[in-house]
Amino acid sequence: MLRARRATVAAALLLGVFAVTSWANPPTAKGPAAARQLEAGRELFEEHCSSCHGLHGEGTKGQAPSLRAAGEGAADFYLRTGRMPLGQVGDEPLPGEPRLDNAEIEALVRYVGGLGKGPPIPKVDPAKGSVGEGMELFTESCAGCHAISGKGGVAIGGYAPPLDEATPTEVGEAIRTGPYIMPRFSASLISPAQVDSIARYVQLTQEPEDAGGFGIGNIGPVPEGLVAWLAALVAILLVARLIGERLGGSRADDEAEEPR
Amino acid sequence: MTTRRVFRFLDSRTGGGSVLGKALRYVFPDHWTFLFGEIAMYTFLILVATGTYLALFYEPSTAQVVYHGAYAPLRGQEMSTAYASAVDLSFEVQAGLLIRQVHHWAADVFLAAITVHLMRIFFTGAFRKPRDVNYYVGLTMLVLAVVEGYVGYSLLDDLLSGMGLAIGNAVALSVPVIGGQLGSLIWGGRFPGAPNFFGRLFFVHVFVLPILIATLMAVHLVLIATPRHTQFRGRGRGERNVLGTPMWPAYALRSLGLFFATTAVLFALGGLVQINPIWQWGPYEPWLGTNGAQPDWYLGWLIGALRLMPSFDVVIGNYTLVPNPFWGGVAFPGLIFGFLYLWPTIERRWTGDRRAHNLLDRPRDNPTRTAVGAAVFSLVATVFFAGAADRAFVQFGVPYEDQLWGYRALTVLAPIVVFFLTRALARRLRESGAHPARDSGARLVERPGAISRPTSGRS
Repeated sequence: MLRARRATVAAALLLGVFAVTSWANPPTAKGPAAARQLEAGRELFEEHCSSCHGLHGEGTKGQAPSLRAAGEGAADFYLRTGRMPLGQVGDEPLPGEPRLDNAEIEALVRYVGGLGKGPPIPKVDPAKGSVGEGMELFTESCAGCHAISGKGGVAIGGYAPPLDEATPTEVGEAIRTGPYIMPRFSASLISPAQVDSIARYVQLTQEPEDAGGFGIGNIGPVPEGLVAWLAALVAILLVARLIGERLGGSRADDEAEEPR
Repeated sequence: MTTRRVFRFLDSRTGGGSVLGKALRYVFPDHWTFLFGEIAMYTFLILVATGTYLALFYEPSTAQVVYHGAYAPLRGQEMSTAYASAVDLSFEVQAGLLIRQVHHWAADVFLAAITVHLMRIFFTGAFRKPRDVNYYVGLTMLVLAVVEGYVGYSLLDDLLSGMGLAIGNAVALSVPVIGGQLGSLIWGGRFPGAPNFFGRLFFVHVFVLPILIATLMAVHLVLIATPRHTQFRGRGRGERNVLGTPMWPAYALRSLGLFFATTAVLFALGGLVQINPIWQWGPYEPWLGTNGAQPDWYLGWLIGALRLMPSFDVVIGNYTLVPNPFWGGVAFPGLIFGFLYLWPTIERRWTGDRRAHNLLDRPRDNPTRTAVGAAVFSLVATVFFAGAADRAFVQFGVPYEDQLWGYRALTVLAPIVVFFLTRALARRLRESGAHPARDSGARLVERPGAISRPTSGRS
């Protein structure tokens, strides 16, 4: 038992070290491997993206925007959250399962990033952020659409998604690239350190402090009203019904009405 | 035995024995729907008890402080003393969060119990003479309870309640001609109000409204007992007698049981299910807001009305006589409560029945009243659900604008359809004598010639 747990811990540690080292030393964009990746990215682009965004990412009028200034940040965000490739032109890009696997996404991101000058994938480290500052910033800049609890809502002309599954990197990418109708926040509006704080706060909303018990979705009065009616009042009415029936109740009345 | 001794003890010392004896012999009719009002009354007792505890710790002040309390994410943030004291109350006071949650659940259930009680009164015709006065007393308590609930959760000065106050302010300002003065009277100036605004709210919440409600509740009970209870028709029951269980030793114990059950349910919820986690909402400032903000359920029909109302102001020249929030925030509730207050009069005039009634109708006995009540209810329910359309959009993906137009159509169609359906159903039930919940309507009947060819010979 203990040995098994030790082994698990060791494996987890090894994995962690591996993850950190590979993250700290990203594959350099030189050499034959990089060229192969870029070529794979180009092929994937032609297959999945070019019908709308054009063969060289120049965009198609009235259909899809140019990707020359999209950058790796936007490409990574859209592809990893499953928003692209889009099923049909004109649809709102909605989050879902990614359509491509990790290697394909990496290749495609590299290729789109090489099309022009755009925002890179931001380095976000929530551990460096302050959750308090994050909450204040989130309230000022994000809660108007995503709701203070990060549960999403209606935005004018679209859908502000819940942030339940947003990773810190995706939070940073969304801030820097402004996907779909979301505004873009430059580093002069929200500094990289502040992005760390916001990402930390988003993590808090994903596991909120439910000091009061079962959180019923953390979206406030709508589920609370449902519980008040369907749980509390129904339970009390059942008690009333039991007490009432003991006292004779309507059954006796109904029967008494018909003479026998 | 003991009862008798206590009774003699009190009687010989106060001379109140005859009153007490009368009270102990008071007869309660036996029907479980008569308990709805009692649930509301017991919930009110719990509200007063828990509210007293909360008032020991809450500070109604808008003075800005920097938070240094137990909840880490808020540390260092500036906030009002009111909000900070409510967060401290939740995290640092013994049983503070439990009591606050019980208080809030009790408020939600209080209004729900009043609502079902009102429906019982309406649909059984219990509001008829001589009880019409008491019906108005009850309706007034409902209005006061809605205001009391709104004022109560507004005290916390969190992001949600602050937005609620902003909407309330906009509605107050929208009252034609006097709106501006009304707004400054309540808020003591422009939104978010004078520094003592929370002192005012607090005073209204813990003193003015509870005392008004308690007084009206006393009047309500006296007015129930003076002409005695109503009862449903039944063997041995007439306009001039009342059949039921005496207060002592029977009914009082059962009612006490209902009180304990109500308390148990509310404390179970307060301890297990989170309500209004203000630390997750954060403090309010007038320039802040959150998407998906909703009021507590009993104001859901008003937020729904505000959202459903098409953009439409009455403008004369440069002067906006009736700003849009007036329609949903004042006119719509005015219409619904106006209907409820006027219905006894309308029914009296319409039917010409001015007699006193002590026997109740079953809903089917008066199909038109039942149908009118159901139609009005369907209107309120439609508007109520429209208020949560943004949640339906996020949870189920129904496009928001389509929902609004759907609901707008429903506010016109639903009452008409419900009226005719209910009336037809009530008439059929009245004729058939079946009980919709109890009888399946299935009877063993013999239909001669229905089976043309016997299928004998096959096994």
